Amino acid sequence: MHIVVCVKQVPDTKIIKINPKTNTLDRRSAPAILNPYDAHAVQAAVSIREKTGGTISVLSMGPPQATAVIKKSIEIGADRGFLISDRAFAGADTLATSYALSKALEKINKEMPVDMIICGKHAIDGDTGQVGPGIARRMDIPPVTNVIEVSEVNLEEKTVLIKRKLSNGYELIQAELPCLLTVEKEINQIEYSPMPNMIKAARYEPVIWAVSDFENVDRSQLGLKGSPTIVGKMFTPPRPEGGKKIEGSVDEQVNQLMDILMEKKDVLTLQSSK
Amino acid sequence: MNFDEYRGVWIFIEQNDGKIEGVSLELLGAGRKLADKLQVPLGGFLLGSGIKPLAKQVIASGADEVYMVDHPVLKQYRTESYMQGVMLLVEKYKPEIILYGATPNGKDLASAVATDLVTGLTADTTMLDVDVDSRLLEASRPAFGGNIMATILCKKHRPQMATVRPKVMKALEPEPGKVGKIIEESIDLKEENMRTKVLQIVNDVTKKANLAEAHVIVCGGKGMGDVQNFQLLYELADTIGATVGGTRDVVEAGWLPHELQIGQTGETVTPKIYFAIALSGAIQHVVGMKNSDLIIAINKDPNAPIFDVATYGIVGDALEIVPKLIQQFKQLQNEKGGEVSYAREI
Repeated sequence: MHIVVCVKQVPDTKIIKINPKTNTLDRRSAPAILNPYDAHAVQAAVSIREKTGGTISVLSMGPPQATAVIKKSIEIGADRGFLISDRAFAGADTLATSYALSKALEKINKEMPVDMIICGKHAIDGDTGQVGPGIARRMDIPPVTNVIEVSEVNLEEKTVLIKRKLSNGYELIQAELPCLLTVEKEINQIEYSPMPNMIKAARYEPVIWAVSDFENVDRSQLGLKGSPTIVGKMFTPPRPEGGKKIEGSVDEQVNQLMDILMEKKDVLTLQSSK
Repeated sequence: MNFDEYRGVWIFIEQNDGKIEGVSLELLGAGRKLADKLQVPLGGFLLGSGIKPLAKQVIASGADEVYMVDHPVLKQYRTESYMQGVMLLVEKYKPEIILYGATPNGKDLASAVATDLVTGLTADTTMLDVDVDSRLLEASRPAFGGNIMATILCKKHRPQMATVRPKVMKALEPEPGKVGKIIEESIDLKEENMRTKVLQIVNDVTKKANLAEAHVIVCGGKGMGDVQNFQLLYELADTIGATVGGTRDVVEAGWLPHELQIGQTGETVTPKIYFAIALSGAIQHVVGMKNSDLIIAINKDPNAPIFDVATYGIVGDALEIVPKLIQQFKQLQNEKGGEVSYAREI
């Protein structure tokens, strides 16, 4: 079983600060981390490997410092990692990203056939969730998004049983291998990394590929050039006027709020319990 | 690519078990405005098995035309079978704009279709407009991390596509007698060629429906300080029959499960009363709650953006105000008997 997990380095949105004057991100304020959903994707691959054996490869696209997220994935339990890094990839939207990653996947697949690709549901810096299904189309394998459980992997039949989250519950899907999954956080808990993984990660140097390492690349589909979407403008939405401020001491404020809630029509009412 | 061949605004009509999803009707409302501005027909397209009776509802909800692919293999949503149907329709009829609800299935389908059509797709849009001269779709969404919106354009590819957050756009009042054109296309699909099978669908209404259908929501932010203080909000919610939700920060901190997150990457809610307590009102949060009827904000910071969308704002310490509020409600219940809850005026 060969599983490839696609991971992304993102700024930690929990910590990132906004420059209140320009309304833009102060990127220096945020450390770069492994996209949290991708950590769960690596962990999901580790859990599958425990049952099936095999190899977990990690693939990322980004600047050279993105090797950090590959090392982090090795810490969680991946076996090896690949980083594709080239100025030609810069400015890629989701379509150009899935194209670039699929070129790397083709190369990995040639060397060791891929049975499953796992991605996080989305990256916390873009929140799109579009790259995973895009890769699946380009590799011509079925995508299953929003996965909350991988219940069974049958290597003889080459099938996998998956629970997929829906707006209102979930569905149980049987998919043929190879397939691509995108996972939700609830699929697992990230386990503490065992010491040997930490040591391996610290010393690990991922393979780094540039565009020139790929065969049959259409450069017009890469990076900014290959991205159909562009940011037209950025704007601060018109500030609504805002409502009434309730003033006074804390007790006065609470009393006024009670009046509004209990005495206005169509708000809260006291219903007698019979 | 000859852009003039592409005309019309299309909405993906998502149906499950013969029931049209609310977001699809909302998008017919939003799409109607875009189509009128561009002076083109509004089309709704739907796929499934035995879906013909739904055409009337699509027309009554705003569409001029309904495009349908009806086939037993399309009974349940699957990326590969559905996208074959969509590709068939889009390549034949060439709409210039396609909108999908940002549901799990809508996002999945749109992402796959965009790849095969080689066109742009904007995710989780919350504002839509068109520029009549350039005929460009202006799909806006909150930009990552700031109180700022980004308008995404797709200038060199057609169709222009976007997924749109549920409960942000407004559905039209249905016009039952409205007449429209119904176009059916047949498709050749074989079950044995399908690489995925849906074995079972389990509707678990308990978790999600709570927030989506709650009349009163008490939503807390990181300003509550810690998970112990956050329990105050449960007490308030219990007292007035409300449901508790939280911001992304609160969910990331592990105070609440993800199902209870309100905002861009969580749930969009439209309750009658929304308490926004100790949360600043980042745009990612506001897009998920701003259509609530009555918004009451409590925050220490008088400049918190939540006050801009609040109907009533209290500048103050939630840890002081909330306990007093709970006490007042309890006192009221003890004095007069009964329970406080939301009730529609009869």
